Amino acid sequence: MARIFAYIVHRSGVVDDSAAELLAAAKKIDATAVPTAILTGCGPELEAARSSLGSGFGEIWKVANTALVYPNAELARQALVRILPPGSIVLVPHDHFGIDLSPGLSIKLNSAFASDVLGIDGIEGNFLKLVRQEFGGQVSAHVRCDISSGAVINIRPGAFKPQVNVPAEGVVIDKSSEVGDLTARRRYLDTIAAEAGDVDITKHNLLVSIGRGIQEKDNVALAEELAEVLGAAVSCSRPVVDAKWMEKSRQVGSSGKTVKPKVYLACGISGAFQHLAGIKGSPFLIAINKNPKAPIFQVADVGIVDDLLEFLPELTNKAREFRGVAAK
Amino acid sequence: MEILVCARRVPDTSENEIELNTDGNDIEREELVYSVNEADNYAVEEALQIRDRVGGNVTVVTIDGEDGEEILRRELAMGANHAALVADDSFKGSDGRGIATILKAFVQKGHYGLILTGVQADDGAAQVGGMLAAMLDYPFASLVNSITLEDGKLKVSREIEGGNREMNEIDLPCVLSIQTGINEPRYVGMRGIRQVASVPIATLAASDLGVDMSAVGEAAARVKRVDYFVPASGKGAEMLHGSREENADRILELVAAKGGLK
Repeated sequence: MARIFAYIVHRSGVVDDSAAELLAAAKKIDATAVPTAILTGCGPELEAARSSLGSGFGEIWKVANTALVYPNAELARQALVRILPPGSIVLVPHDHFGIDLSPGLSIKLNSAFASDVLGIDGIEGNFLKLVRQEFGGQVSAHVRCDISSGAVINIRPGAFKPQVNVPAEGVVIDKSSEVGDLTARRRYLDTIAAEAGDVDITKHNLLVSIGRGIQEKDNVALAEELAEVLGAAVSCSRPVVDAKWMEKSRQVGSSGKTVKPKVYLACGISGAFQHLAGIKGSPFLIAINKNPKAPIFQVADVGIVDDLLEFLPELTNKAREFRGVAAK
Repeated sequence: MEILVCARRVPDTSENEIELNTDGNDIEREELVYSVNEADNYAVEEALQIRDRVGGNVTVVTIDGEDGEEILRRELAMGANHAALVADDSFKGSDGRGIATILKAFVQKGHYGLILTGVQADDGAAQVGGMLAAMLDYPFASLVNSITLEDGKLKVSREIEGGNREMNEIDLPCVLSIQTGINEPRYVGMRGIRQVASVPIATLAASDLGVDMSAVGEAAARVKRVDYFVPASGKGAEMLHGSREENADRILELVAAKGGLK
């Protein structure tokens, strides 16, 4: 059985939730696996991250290097190539870091790459049996990944539920000297914080959230009218921001805001995982979509198949009656 | 600067409901509407804008059958200088590594300072750009949502969590995967496409490029899709089947009952 490694993401000395999810994914590959954690960084933050790493890892490979103070995937990839044994299975979270790191890592290790994996059905011979999604989550796919010369597997955040782990030794092994000097032709400069918008969508109990189904910029007003009557805010999914119909500060999702409303009205939103990742606190989710196969209906509490452009004005009229607000 | 954009023709998920076929092993492909992959179109627009600032040429390449010409015409109509279709029966069934291997051979036939791909296509793998960079031993940045070029230095921002942007300086030549929303791709109408109908499109086969065939095609693919399926749904939504008016009333009751009105 190939040795399993997990790349540990940490920020400001705190290990990310993905660490426990990678451990859960490793157990799906092999229930008896005791994976090795790889922790890169430097100084007190690296030490703090090490001590906040939960149990379950047999060894913790520590790579301390001042070049890794910021997790630049170009540098981390060089470091990993120098220490990983041939044939390893390497688990990485499929986030903005994993997307940066892993495809190139698989080439440098001459191993297979499976991206954005959300299910693992164990091993059959030299093949790992995986589940992925395609077409924005509209269909799932069974995938076979040849691991005879190792594999890099990117794991979808939130797809694997952390387990209670049998305590493992967690022996720290310092790999810093094996890594040596790192030089990258891509240099991290700084991080620019997201601009605050005119409305803080994280502070509302009700969000009227619009997606591609709103079709054009002029139709955004349909959602704004409804939101005004109900005292809600209008938020949106990525395609609406890409099309410049709303500001980035209104976007819900992993690359936008994380929101915790009591009720989430998803209007013409397909339900891509990056969008759903931004909805926390299990709000009551109502979905309106003209496509009865839209993935959003898998996760919604209540669904309506209808044309948004017809339904929203009707809902606004009813809301005025309901709230005792006179029509304009 | 010579800029290469790698683009792909995919079923347009905003125009199609993707469904399984009757055998349940593939999607129903009969009536699909195809278009250029959305992120790739943003990549082409970005390449055109850079070219218009600093000079040079934009080449768009796709690996496909004859149908690939359709998206190449579109990108030519947007303003790309050259287009190339790389087509060979032996490419069928290639995985991401196979596609990157073919692109590597194409890149090595030219002199490109900057290579752009879309961040991901219909399979959501987000892999080809990073693989290509590693094969060429070029620096790479993914999820790029702005590019500036000053004094021969390339500065790019990457989309990271929470809407924050990670600024990087990157050496040329390099490979960047472009995130949607980086710009506003120009509109292309039928008239524009007709105007480039006679522009020649180079068609190249594996032998023209000297592709390393050991990594290409179905036999070499280490990652293979076995079938498509629709997962047994969880509880799923309770679907409302009333009239539009009844549904609106029901939603308002629920919004109020679940605390949406404070």
